[in-house]
Amino acid sequence: MMKIFQQSFKSLALVLLVFLPVSIFALNEGGDGGQVDTKKEVEDYILHHIQDSHDFSLFSYTSEEGERKHFGFPLPVILWSSDGLRTFMSSEFHHNDDGHVIVEKDGVKFAKIHSKIYELDADASAVNFDAEHHATNGHKVLDFSITKSVFGVLVIGLLMLFWFSSLARQYKKKQIPTGFGRVLEPLVLYVRDEIARPNIGEKHYRKFTGYLLTVFFFIWFLNLAGLTPLGFNVTGQLAVTACLAIFTLVIYTVSGNKDYWMHILWMPGVPVLIRPVLAIIELAGALIIKPFSLLVRLFANISAGHIVVMSLIAIMFTLKESLGVVGATGLSFVLSFFILLIEVLVAFLQAYIFTMLSALFIGMAVAEHDHEHEHDDHGHEVPDAQDVRGDFI
Amino acid sequence: MDKLLNDFSPGLFVVSTILLLALIALMVKFAWKPILTSLNEREEGIQGALDAAEKAKREMENLQADNQKLLQEARLERETMLKEARELKSKMIADAEAEAKSQANKMISQAQEAITSEKKAAMAELKSHVAGLSLDIAEKVVRNELSNKDKQLKLVEDMLGEATLN
Repeated sequence: MMKIFQQSFKSLALVLLVFLPVSIFALNEGGDGGQVDTKKEVEDYILHHIQDSHDFSLFSYTSEEGERKHFGFPLPVILWSSDGLRTFMSSEFHHNDDGHVIVEKDGVKFAKIHSKIYELDADASAVNFDAEHHATNGHKVLDFSITKSVFGVLVIGLLMLFWFSSLARQYKKKQIPTGFGRVLEPLVLYVRDEIARPNIGEKHYRKFTGYLLTVFFFIWFLNLAGLTPLGFNVTGQLAVTACLAIFTLVIYTVSGNKDYWMHILWMPGVPVLIRPVLAIIELAGALIIKPFSLLVRLFANISAGHIVVMSLIAIMFTLKESLGVVGATGLSFVLSFFILLIEVLVAFLQAYIFTMLSALFIGMAVAEHDHEHEHDDHGHEVPDAQDVRGDFI
Repeated sequence: MDKLLNDFSPGLFVVSTILLLALIALMVKFAWKPILTSLNEREEGIQGALDAAEKAKREMENLQADNQKLLQEARLERETMLKEARELKSKMIADAEAEAKSQANKMISQAQEAITSEKKAAMAELKSHVAGLSLDIAEKVVRNELSNKDKQLKLVEDMLGEATLN
């Protein structure tokens, strides 16, 4: 018991250390929208939150002098511009997000518009917008910044490394882990025995369990981190889910055996004329549809969850006039509390589904087709359970 | 779709790919491999212990069955021994009875023989006694004849009467 407390103190100290620069950064003066009251402002705020961000802001308020104050800390911006690498802290944008603050670094001008950093043309001194609010005298740069999402990935990655390597170390001394390891061990066993083993098969599952475990805990912890007021939305970033999906694609494409490619390129048991058509469909399924379904499912579920939670919180403002302050606040609390409970479930569910489907796809690629398909009276294949499951996904 | 593509950040994609690759490599090396190896070892250990327990149980059962068998045999042996003893006892009793009977018969027949011979001897003695008496009577008769004829007859009759008593 004492050990758990000690560890929580350690974690607490770590968190405090991370947030230490908060007060310093809070002195910086910002220039963004300010209060969020109307439906349009709420919508903009939510859409802004769903996007990645270049600084880590916890909350902001307007001081008595009418200044906008932000609590959080800046993150490093790393850009690959037309003139090479440029790095600076995100605080140089002063929380501006509509392109009015121009940062000049070694002769290259940058502006931040809707969380994207643009490089201005050499002769421009301000951003010009067209009718649809697109910048006309600048272009996006390759942005390798430590954004909020990258920061989240780093924090969760380090936490995972710390937790699971200490669990690994425990096994050297004793057979049964104590403390927090006792919580983690059943989860590891769950992924191994309920996801990897049944879907990939007894013979091959060992090779892929490491990847599946990493992906499962990575997605789950990041999903949960997204539900905290820290406001991460890492698994709701298309770039991150695409990266995860492509990893799975690469793994099952590389480890696919002869049977797998045979079933894709030259499907046995169907008339020869149909085989090329089937090959196109199967190739599209294996290389595009499967990873696309993975990346969109995770992205959409997590983004939708964030939008719903924030919209329900926003009831507090949007229904203030029709329900009164107490009514709107009460309704908002009740609804957002229950949706948050559901989101905790969804956080686990999406991690489970992503890992399960990855395992299934890998399993289909490495499966040994020693089973002969049964044929009915007309010579058509009778689909067995494995095929039906494949079609279903 | 346009907006989604606009939201897609290639930079973030590259950074997260690098970070994830590093994370997977580090996790596999420092966490999953040792954890999964220890878990496997532990499971094999548990399985081994269970198998050993099962084996011990089976051996115990065999031992018990052997014991039972031995006990059964011992019981059977005891019963046969008891039966034999009982038979022996009754045989001994029967033998003793038979011998006693024959002995008794022998003794009886000896006694009878003795009785017969005694009887014969007694008879012979009686006969000789009778003969002596007869001689005495005859002597007295002869003497009395000289004195009285009636008396002689009476004497003979008396004598005969006495003699028939014996």
